[in-house]
Amino acid sequence: MSDFPRGRTAIVGAATFGQGKAPGYEASDLAAIASTMALEDAGLSLTDIDGLFFCHPTDTMGGLSFAQYLGIRPKATDNNRTGGSAFQTYVEHAAYLLDAGAIDCALIAYGSNQATAAGKLVSTVQPMRYEAPYRPLNPVSSYALAAARYMHQYGATREQLGEVALAARKWAMLNPEAFKRDALTMDDYLASRMVSDPLSVLDCCLVTDGAAAVVMTRADRARDLKRSPIKVMGAAAETHHREIGWLEDLTVTAAARSGARAYRRAGLEPADIDVVQVYDAFTINTILFLEDLGFCPKGEGARFVQDGRIAPGGALPVNTNGGGLSCCHPGMYGLFPIVEAVRQLRGEAGDRQVADARFAIAHGNGGVLSSQATVILGAGDA
Amino acid sequence: MDVTHPDAEFRAFLAQGRFMIQRSKGSGAHVFYPRAVAPGTGARDLEWIQASGRGVVYSTTVVRKKPPEPSYNVVLVDLAEGPRMMSRVEGVDPAAVTIGMAVQARIVDQDGEPVVVFDVAEASA
Repeated sequence: MSDFPRGRTAIVGAATFGQGKAPGYEASDLAAIASTMALEDAGLSLTDIDGLFFCHPTDTMGGLSFAQYLGIRPKATDNNRTGGSAFQTYVEHAAYLLDAGAIDCALIAYGSNQATAAGKLVSTVQPMRYEAPYRPLNPVSSYALAAARYMHQYGATREQLGEVALAARKWAMLNPEAFKRDALTMDDYLASRMVSDPLSVLDCCLVTDGAAAVVMTRADRARDLKRSPIKVMGAAAETHHREIGWLEDLTVTAAARSGARAYRRAGLEPADIDVVQVYDAFTINTILFLEDLGFCPKGEGARFVQDGRIAPGGALPVNTNGGGLSCCHPGMYGLFPIVEAVRQLRGEAGDRQVADARFAIAHGNGGVLSSQATVILGAGDA
Repeated sequence: MDVTHPDAEFRAFLAQGRFMIQRSKGSGAHVFYPRAVAPGTGARDLEWIQASGRGVVYSTTVVRKKPPEPSYNVVLVDLAEGPRMMSRVEGVDPAAVTIGMAVQARIVDQDGEPVVVFDVAEASA
């Protein structure tokens, strides 16, 4: 028995709304607008939704609140809070429920107004009792500890981290929806203010508003809908820890395992992937995830991203919307890589379109490298 | 004897000037942070032992503050007994703390609470 319904479910609608600044809206307003846009994109309506997959930035019962907001009564409501990776796990869980016939149509949505409402990262997370006395500036300090260890172990440099930031910005400059579109140079990067060594302001994701939504159905039903379905080929997740001190080797994340499982379920390997979206909360993430997802050997990631290899025109297109570093980062970013993967596979990514993209990976990260979840998507004819 | 109030007991030891960690009687594995149940095995056989206080810096960062507020160091220390903990190294420039540095635990009072911090170990100073 197969452990995943490979290609039997599909994303049939996708949308983003309010990336950047969206004043005057509450988080649920933004998510609701993106949801209806995704449904319009699919040619479906709210009354079709019987499975809801949603987490709100601050409302821990957001799945219930959002069903109420939309006026729907889903048979399945998944409100898990594995951080920014929640959305990849929603795709995995929705695929099982759809394939089992437990639900017929899933809505996965997220929205945040953190930039205009608070002007900083909004989080419900309480400091951990055995970390709090040492005042880590979380989440930055936790990722900084990983970056410092990676640099120590593999001799990586700030310039190599900077290559990740520069590539993200170059992609963002091709994306009209991206929040940061002004040119960025290595000198700018190296001169930027240090926050938690070795990470500076330009190693950190943006603080923006934004919303995204996708609609999933079974592939047989998807054929009758408006858009060419984007098949869910494989998805897998792994929780490893909560606080950074419980990641034994700070240079290896559970993406190595969620990724391997997702590839096996999809019947694909890294060489089959045409376009890569990874959750770049910090520059080090992109390097770690490219290694852990098999695009280069462990310890080679910092060299791998050099010379524009992941930038527009490079050998491996990575974070083609500009990523969390330059497109948007509304607290939890995991759904945006999925939407960008869909757009690339549909061939509707405009100036940033990757030619002949058939398979895409959209990888989510939650907490401080804590929860890893990988989704592999395929174009309708793939 | 089962440990019944891991956090409270840990803090009470600290207040007495003792840095204690746990060890599972069955597996011999040391555990930090304090728990009622051993991770991985689920054994309810955790006992308190005195930590040696010896450790090695596994990773380090400096949280940069706007002067005059001082920047400070945050480290992960691998204890000689095995577990890792977050802490800070005191008595040196926060940026001078390096990965691999040998450190020794000390209990300090921080806002009325006893807290474990580290000094650079004499041998590596």
